[in-house]
Amino acid sequence: MGFFDFLKGRKEKEALVQGLERTKEGFFSKIVRLVTGKTRIDDELLEELEEILLSADVGVATTIRIMKGLQSEIDRRKDLKPSDLQGLLRDRMLELLGEPELKNSHLDQTSSSTPRVVLVVGVNGVGKTTSIGKLAWRFKQAGQQVVMGAADTFRAAAVEQLLLWGERTGVRVVHQQSGSDPASVAFDTLRSAIASSAQVVLIDTAGRLHNKGHLMAELTKIRTVLNKAMPGAPHEVWLVLDASTGQNALEQARQFTAATSVTGLILTKLDGTAKGGVALGICSEFGIPIRFVGVGEGMEHLQVFDKEAFVEALLGGQASSGHANQA
Amino acid sequence: MFEKLSDRLDQAIRTLKGQGRITENNVSETMKEIRRALLDADVGFKIAKEFTEEVKTKALGQDVIKSVSPGQLLIKIMNEELTRLMGKEASPLALKPNGTSVVLMSGLQGSGKTTFTGKLALLLKSQGKKVLMVACDVYRPAAVDQLKILGEQIGVPVYAEPDQKNPVLIATQAVKQAKTEGYSVVLVDTAGRLAVDEAMMNEISEIHASIQPDQTLFVVDAMTGQDAVNTAAAFNQRLNFDGVVLTKMDGDARGGAALTISYTVGKPIKYVSTGEKLQALDVFHPDRMANRILGMGDVVSLVEKAQQQINAEEAARLQKKISKNQFDLQDFYEQIQQIKKMGNMKDLLGMIPGVGKAIKDMDFSDEMFKQTEAIIQSMTPLERREPEILNGSRRERIARGSGTKVQEINQLLKQFGEMKQMMRKMNGGMPGGAMGQAMGRMRSPFGRS
Repeated sequence: MGFFDFLKGRKEKEALVQGLERTKEGFFSKIVRLVTGKTRIDDELLEELEEILLSADVGVATTIRIMKGLQSEIDRRKDLKPSDLQGLLRDRMLELLGEPELKNSHLDQTSSSTPRVVLVVGVNGVGKTTSIGKLAWRFKQAGQQVVMGAADTFRAAAVEQLLLWGERTGVRVVHQQSGSDPASVAFDTLRSAIASSAQVVLIDTAGRLHNKGHLMAELTKIRTVLNKAMPGAPHEVWLVLDASTGQNALEQARQFTAATSVTGLILTKLDGTAKGGVALGICSEFGIPIRFVGVGEGMEHLQVFDKEAFVEALLGGQASSGHANQA
Repeated sequence: MFEKLSDRLDQAIRTLKGQGRITENNVSETMKEIRRALLDADVGFKIAKEFTEEVKTKALGQDVIKSVSPGQLLIKIMNEELTRLMGKEASPLALKPNGTSVVLMSGLQGSGKTTFTGKLALLLKSQGKKVLMVACDVYRPAAVDQLKILGEQIGVPVYAEPDQKNPVLIATQAVKQAKTEGYSVVLVDTAGRLAVDEAMMNEISEIHASIQPDQTLFVVDAMTGQDAVNTAAAFNQRLNFDGVVLTKMDGDARGGAALTISYTVGKPIKYVSTGEKLQALDVFHPDRMANRILGMGDVVSLVEKAQQQINAEEAARLQKKISKNQFDLQDFYEQIQQIKKMGNMKDLLGMIPGVGKAIKDMDFSDEMFKQTEAIIQSMTPLERREPEILNGSRRERIARGSGTKVQEINQLLKQFGEMKQMMRKMNGGMPGGAMGQAMGRMRSPFGRS
């Protein structure tokens, strides 16, 4: 069984669809409104579609990419109607989201070597600690023995915050005092996890802006130290991105990948913003799969990313039927 | 922080340069580029559209004065428009001259409210105000602890009620107590909340109604994308806030959404948060920011910052030394200490016209001074005063002492010589500027980037 399989469930999709309702409302309902009443695809319609994508944070480059794809399809098939655009758009989006999944990460492989170590990174305020708390809960629910490492030794009360998550989830937290060397905390955590035969290790790190070289170097050091404690660790580096972030999210993905070889993304606060467009750009540009999405405050609202369900939910209406029912 | 946007505008305008007059034809292409640049910078879609339209109309309507090139004219128009877009003029926090003023924080999760509360408390404290911070985030684990720790760090008391789960009551009680105890400012930190979360939005409305703050601030992450405008509008509708605080401006977000927020809700940006240190808080100056976007630098801010941090007497002494060509490595070392006090190096250098772009891909931090400091620290006082005496064996000793290589010492000395020359030429300029520009050229001696 793959690392993620046990996380997937039927109820998840319902919750995901629910959580993304607002996204759908903001994004695709506009498209539906747009195409109703139109009898043919004209420049005006395409321009309006472009506007919707841009104001959904899809970004200029990705929007152009999507629009070019649509345009060539329109040129090829003269019989296309405005109402076909939604389906075409879904295909394009799946295509953009789909490419990254070709690159499988280590955690997906069935492997006997445990613990599996996940390093969680990101800029300030994206929800790293909260995501780790929720992840710990998930892994524990799935019967895994989890250890969390409080390597955010910088932000005031970050250690306390993780300790509270430890209490809530009943997961052990390895920590030192605030201000201590984060790499040393990471090392301790992993050693302790090995000693107690834990299966999953989640390492929290301090939020850092990706343009600060010395802080990025610190992450590289944490990586190196983890690898010393256990060859091959960390098996995953997950970058947490705030879904309400604009085009700077691309830069974050770029820089964190350069510093720590990011293997997956966690997209948080997707319930708050009316758009989710930034995900498309990141997937298509960096080929890093989105692992989880945060669609609400509850523990169950950090969900395994499923691109089919994601796009279906985005497209709304009849959407939730098809794929979700097959699962 | 806006280097990228000005890059793009630069590029767009370049196509205009060398053309005699602004016509519908040549301006349209440029405007398209400008609009794209603005969108890439996360400027709200509608604002970007409006902005380019306005600039275009003005550019076409304008008589091209002979002495001004179309490009320059366009920059001028854009400068004016950007300034207008960002709220015309600076507007500091409006507090009561006497009695207790109440400031309420609001914003999304992770926007940086708690950190900003600490920074603002420190700023007000340094102005002689008696400040109380109130911890009303009863939801996020350890949020209260976070504010308490910040309070300890800056020596500002924090009001918290560990057993009280109703933030409305906490806020009310805190303000009451602050008034009795004669505090001049009460800063009420609240939990992050989504604009679409009815219950939470009702809660902050209730807090607002019961404490009747003198100032309500909306704290927003400068990296926010298109949705920033909607969120700001939703919070404004509820709270009719007085101003906006932009956080994480030390990142490389192009900050476009930030530009549009104040425009959309018609509220000024009051503060800009620019670093992890609690001192890293600036008053927002839209006019200067507009200059900066257009690559014209922010000289005024730089001078002010330098004035705040660099002791006037010390500066005069250095000036004299420079003019007499007596500036030595010891002075250089002291200068580094001064500059480190001023805050983020990249921010400072970015304010110098023309430098922002040159250093956009370079990393500047206090770390980069370490090697230079180590080398100078490994020198004797005489060597620092008279670097000429540094022969081979002295250099080897210094290299051993500082953990560097002789080549690195050679390089530092060579560039120090060049810097000294340049400083002499620039003698008469401002202390921070001369130093900053000289440092802009001295990339390698500061170690890794």
